[in-house]
Amino acid sequence: MAMVTDAPKESFRLSMLIYDSRYRAVTIQVIVLLLVGLFFAWLLNNTAQNLAARGKEFNFGFLWARAGYDINQQLIPYTNDSTHFRALLVGLLNTLVVAILGCILATFLGVVIGVLRLSKNWLVGRLMTVYVEVFRNVPLLLWILLSYVIFSETMPEPKAFRLTDDMIAAGEEPAASKILFGTVAITNRGTSIPAPLFDRSLGSVDLGFVSINLTALATILVLIGSIWANRRLLASARATQEATGIRPVVWWKSLLILFGPFIALMIALGLHFELPELKGFNFQGGIQVAHSFTALLIALVLYTAAFIAEIVRAGILAISRGQSEAAFALGLRPGRTMNLIILPQALRVIIPPLISQYLNLTKNTSLGIAVSYLDLRGTLGGITLNQTGRELECMLLMMLIYLTISLIISALMNLYNQTVQLKAR
Amino acid sequence: MKKSVFLGTVAGATMLAGAAMAGTLDDVKARGELICGSNTGLTGFGTPDASGNWVGFDVDLCRAIAAAVLGDGSKVKFVPTTGETRFTALQSGEVDVLVRNSTWTFSRDTELALDFVAVNYYDGQGFMVKKDLGVSSAKELDGATVCIQTGTTTELNLADFFKQNNISYTPVTVADDSEAQRQYLAGACDAYTTDASGLAASRATMPDADNHIILPEIISKEPLGPVVRHGDSNWGDVVRWTYYALLIAEEKGITKANVEEMAGSSTDEEVKRLLGVSGDMGPKIGLDNAAFKNAIAAVGNYGEIFAANIGEGTTINLARGLNALWTQGGLQYAPPFR
Repeated sequence: MAMVTDAPKESFRLSMLIYDSRYRAVTIQVIVLLLVGLFFAWLLNNTAQNLAARGKEFNFGFLWARAGYDINQQLIPYTNDSTHFRALLVGLLNTLVVAILGCILATFLGVVIGVLRLSKNWLVGRLMTVYVEVFRNVPLLLWILLSYVIFSETMPEPKAFRLTDDMIAAGEEPAASKILFGTVAITNRGTSIPAPLFDRSLGSVDLGFVSINLTALATILVLIGSIWANRRLLASARATQEATGIRPVVWWKSLLILFGPFIALMIALGLHFELPELKGFNFQGGIQVAHSFTALLIALVLYTAAFIAEIVRAGILAISRGQSEAAFALGLRPGRTMNLIILPQALRVIIPPLISQYLNLTKNTSLGIAVSYLDLRGTLGGITLNQTGRELECMLLMMLIYLTISLIISALMNLYNQTVQLKAR
Repeated sequence: MKKSVFLGTVAGATMLAGAAMAGTLDDVKARGELICGSNTGLTGFGTPDASGNWVGFDVDLCRAIAAAVLGDGSKVKFVPTTGETRFTALQSGEVDVLVRNSTWTFSRDTELALDFVAVNYYDGQGFMVKKDLGVSSAKELDGATVCIQTGTTTELNLADFFKQNNISYTPVTVADDSEAQRQYLAGACDAYTTDASGLAASRATMPDADNHIILPEIISKEPLGPVVRHGDSNWGDVVRWTYYALLIAEEKGITKANVEEMAGSSTDEEVKRLLGVSGDMGPKIGLDNAAFKNAIAAVGNYGEIFAANIGEGTTINLARGLNALWTQGGLQYAPPFR
């Protein structure tokens, strides 16, 4: 009878950390962790020593000092008496407005181009191929500069719009005139568009550092309400269709629900438009949109749309042919096949790479510096940094803000991705 | 700045990082070359000429420093800096000295940890407009679009000026003079504002210089001068006294042409000390005794530099004005060389 004995207990030796496979993995990880820690400690130490050597200190107090400079595009009230922090907010909003508008427009354009690139029409397909290849293979910076130069070099100067008494006497017309029934003026400096004004404005609520415009808030609420009501209407129409087989006629109700409340609100508030007028050197009144904004937005949209088009095309091609053939066999027209069968399935493939494109677009807004667009890079990372000499603080803060924006976009898009993902049942 | 970093790991992790600053003067001597932060291109003050040689009023001061330290005015490397990058370039040790139309202000002197060692050009901020705009005073610029170089004092003065006069403007921020010129000429702005000397220099290079006027208002004081890092007083002294040597040379009538002759024949004790014939002024700040003679021989005296680059008769055509010697009613005044 064999005796079963316990294996002899091996005592732990230091060499086992390297030669024993049970410990080796841990040993390596601990060493790497230590090295990484050392690297960062060295980085911090070096920074601190260099700051000390230059007699600089690290603090963010400068954010509350008077900024002293002016910004040409401000979405919130700002004067040169405001603080650097306020300038940061103005810049941040300028970044966000380009990023958000850019993402929306680039998505629309990208989807259209991606779908058209697969068109059976030879000419349309090839044209879209040319578009995609041209835009995604030339650096974005060049597109931004190009679109800016086109605006600033080809459009007339504001004084070309002037009509003097002498010209009236001589029966001459100004060299340039406003377009769209005299409402929009495009000069070599910017675009002046009519501004909506309200006779009976609801005013605004001041919440310390931001004030909320109640008129805008009411408009947004009414619009959201209308869209929600419209969805309810369509859902009930679908329920009727599925129960009885007959779809009730709802298009006029839909139009009424979508636009009725909005128009009523606008009339109640006394909406009218203030037209831009040439006064002195520039157009006054209305809303002045600088070309730096327009050029940056156009370039970002055209450039990113080319990438999104490729993502959309890849997504569509990923859906097996059987799906569209089955749809055609059921008698669905190509447009409906695309909208009802292909795109909803393709979204699963499209969304993840689309997130990266949104992140790229957002970060690329910082190239606006090339056309003097005062976004976050232009205010905090440009003028504030320069006038205060706080390179380290400004750069760190700017990186942190861009990181936060990107993570928020990423999180939102991941949430949306979860709703379109294939549900495993 | 020379930096040595020791990385040591002793018993787990102990680390020492040490940054040691050697004197800039020793660095320049060891390198055999002066690295001078200059403008990206401002005619008359600092710009490469057709054959790539840097020329200009500020450039000549760099050459004078190089001649004083190294004995040769051509041993200079010019690093073009914009309004945004200039101070960082100096602080980080990328350049030894910055001679680039930089205004001496309190916060730059203190917060940015820089030292302005002298004023080589007394300037003020002005406005340039096209003649056909029909404007004769800066106060008529209500509602105008103004091109402004970012990272400058002029950016802040502009905001103050318009606020004080209760008029409005739209700023168009640009990175440097050439971009400002392009925008201004394309009509993207009604007025271009910067130091009056810069405006004159800018106008000189425009194809239709006569169609542009510089408005009479000077809205600020802009003392422009060479800048060094704070904390290296010896190097600051070298730059400061090289500049003063050029001023004293003008005062005493020492020119590029007669410097050797003056050194041999002058009986003026200050001239003799300046040119290293008597005394040991040079070695006292770590230079040769002939250092200042070399500087004057390389570029001439202050008046000569002014006349050759930006003075009356050149395309820029600036009068001496505030920059005349104190003996002629100006502000340029050197302390006694003794």
